[in-house]
Amino acid sequence: MTQIVSDFGFSPLDNVINYEVYDKASETSKAIDLPSDADLNLFVYDLNQLKIIRIDFPSFADGRGFTLAKLVRIRGFKGHLRAKGHIISDQYAMARRSGFDDVEISQDLADRQPETEWLFRSNWKKHDYQNRIGFNNC
Amino acid sequence: MYNYTEFDDAFIKARNSQFRNQVERRINGNLTEDEFKPLRLMNGLYLQLHAYMLRVAIPYGTLDSAQMEKLAFIADRWDKGYGHFTTRQNVQFNWPKLTDVPDILDALAEVKMHAIQTSGNTIRNVTADHFSGAAADEVTDPRPYAELIRQWSTDHPEFQFLPRKFKVAVTGSKNDRAVIRAHDIGLRALLRNGKIGFEVVIGGGLGRSPMIGKVINTFLPEANLLPYLEAVVSVWNTLGRRDNKYKARIKITVHEHGVEKIKQLVEDRYNEILSTFSGVNHELFEEIKSAFAPPVFKSKGTKYFDIAYKENAAFRSWVDTNTHTHKISNYSIATVSLKAHGKTPGDATSDQMRQIANIARHYSHDQIRISHEQNIILPHVHKSDLPKVYDLLKSKQLNTANIGLISDIIACPGMDYCALATARSIPIAQEISIRFDELKLEHEVGHIQIKISGCINACGHHHVGHIGILGLDRAGVENYQITLGGDATETAKIGDRAGPGFSATQIVPAVERIILTYLKVRLNKHENFIHTYQRLGIAPFKQALYPKESQSPKIQRRTYAA
Amino acid sequence: MSKDLSGNVITANNLLDGTVVYMSSQFKWVLDINNAKVFSNDTSIEKALIHANKQQHEVVGVYSIRVDQTDAGIKSKHFREQFRVKGPSNYNHGKQSEVL
Repeated sequence: MTQIVSDFGFSPLDNVINYEVYDKASETSKAIDLPSDADLNLFVYDLNQLKIIRIDFPSFADGRGFTLAKLVRIRGFKGHLRAKGHIISDQYAMARRSGFDDVEISQDLADRQPETEWLFRSNWKKHDYQNRIGFNNC
Repeated sequence: MYNYTEFDDAFIKARNSQFRNQVERRINGNLTEDEFKPLRLMNGLYLQLHAYMLRVAIPYGTLDSAQMEKLAFIADRWDKGYGHFTTRQNVQFNWPKLTDVPDILDALAEVKMHAIQTSGNTIRNVTADHFSGAAADEVTDPRPYAELIRQWSTDHPEFQFLPRKFKVAVTGSKNDRAVIRAHDIGLRALLRNGKIGFEVVIGGGLGRSPMIGKVINTFLPEANLLPYLEAVVSVWNTLGRRDNKYKARIKITVHEHGVEKIKQLVEDRYNEILSTFSGVNHELFEEIKSAFAPPVFKSKGTKYFDIAYKENAAFRSWVDTNTHTHKISNYSIATVSLKAHGKTPGDATSDQMRQIANIARHYSHDQIRISHEQNIILPHVHKSDLPKVYDLLKSKQLNTANIGLISDIIACPGMDYCALATARSIPIAQEISIRFDELKLEHEVGHIQIKISGCINACGHHHVGHIGILGLDRAGVENYQITLGGDATETAKIGDRAGPGFSATQIVPAVERIILTYLKVRLNKHENFIHTYQRLGIAPFKQALYPKESQSPKIQRRTYAA
Repeated sequence: MSKDLSGNVITANNLLDGTVVYMSSQFKWVLDINNAKVFSNDTSIEKALIHANKQQHEVVGVYSIRVDQTDAGIKSKHFREQFRVKGPSNYNHGKQSEVL
């Protein structure tokens, strides 16, 4: 069962969301999927028409999703931002600080990265060098 | 130097506890090696040929006596009694056990040190001119900016999983002692109308495809430094290739997209990022700057120095090669050579580390620097203390008077340690050093920089050596290629390949032939090797390296004797 | 004349302390290359490599190397692996300094 990881731990994904491919979206789209190599400029509509944007992490070594998330937030997106894919618990704080609201992982990954390990990183607001140094206007 | 605040201490404590937890999960199987590897790399822990290797960060190459003593303690307690200082101003321990590393990190934390981001696809240690805060030719001490960059890049949420590693170097002087033009980002501080700004150079790098960096900003005001750097790394994180690790560095990205295109993308992203930046925290920056305020310099006479210089030939020789002009008159910048003839370049025993700490505490205002040339600097020594410093160095075999000479060789660990290496570099460095000591030609030859890399990754910086040596594997045998005329300074240049490689037994005679040729064709003894090379080109040296059959039988015999 | 048999050996580093180890015929990890199992055909080493890679709780960095079986024992064909048997050439550190 797919798990959604938030600051409070795991909760099973229990609703179906119809994500559209981001560069084939329309002005009525409500949910889009961004691949890790997405060019955000190809989504030509107002980001805030969307309720949720989901960004893919094909491999935890591929950090483009964090930059995409940052860009999405810089461009004013106020909706729900979800990371999905091969993300390990040690990346949770990075995900939250980059602007993600939560992380979607497979049961398989959840089994190997139990809830306690994600909660161990859930104080993502602490030890935030970037915020402290002046990047605090987002 | 920078004083850790509660924030920094708490950060390190949390980070170390995370790593301890990660090690436990690796050992109990909750993390696969694939998952653990990037995490251990982010904390500076490599797996090498014979053992793990821990690379400890020495931010902008600056440390004090307490920190140096802790490194000595770690070397004795958890390693084999020595450490290796690197071309990025860090220190490496070659024999830690995985299970001891969390304890080593805690020991480092006691003196405000760590191994964060010294490896992995992250922003690495920010290096700086090793004469910062002491050299007379500085516009400003670059280290407060290096510290700002360090903080900005530490645990940066966006930049922990970059396409590849990312290296930044800063200098405050026109004379580039930090090799900024061979870094992913190189920064040179400038003063314009009384304001500090930076020349920004990107896309420099050595390795497989060496490139000299390109200027994308001729004067970036200091207030814009961090968002601009953020824009550069952000653009590269997006564009940098992830399909081919040999084409992932920003130098390739610039090469493939063109510097104008990259510059434009950086400007665009910079303008977006500005909205997230409320300006560098003023209080924080003032605190940082005050931590780099110069020490209270002594004012006294130089009588002891003058006498010793006149009467002690060995001391005089050491002063002439190993000291550099300080911005304060009667002070000196002293370089401690870690290149004793026949020793491993850049290595210091724990005893030697403790002696250096001791000397720094009493005679260098408790300051030490590590240079990318793998030597140790005592940046603020009053001349009158130099004789005493010399004696103390001598008692621990740290008094080799060879800075900038042929035996002051930069060499990576090579195949004696490194899993990436294709050949050994340490024995070659040792042999060259011993040979020229035997020939008693070092002072005759004068200033020359030999740099040796044990593989194409060029950690020995061979591309920018006056003589560069690259160790390769040719049909299962060590083979050494020579490059000539490289330059690591502000006139940075990649060396020219001389020709086919030499075996391990031929390479030292080959270097000898280059030097003998130089001595023959130079204008006079004031013309350094690199200037002779620039004047005459590669031809005479190529001729000497690859003599034709018409050459004298004596030379032929030498070539075949190998 | 000695028979010169070549083959493959599986090597890795011990997870906890990084020591160079070799896979023996009992599929255990041993310190001495002379106690390593020499695989003489490719099929059997593929299976053994898969098995070795699963031993993540014991070792890290598993791979195979080419060796010769000589009178003096098992000798790696490549000089890199010869270094791993002994240790570095600049200090008496590593396996050359330990009693196996």
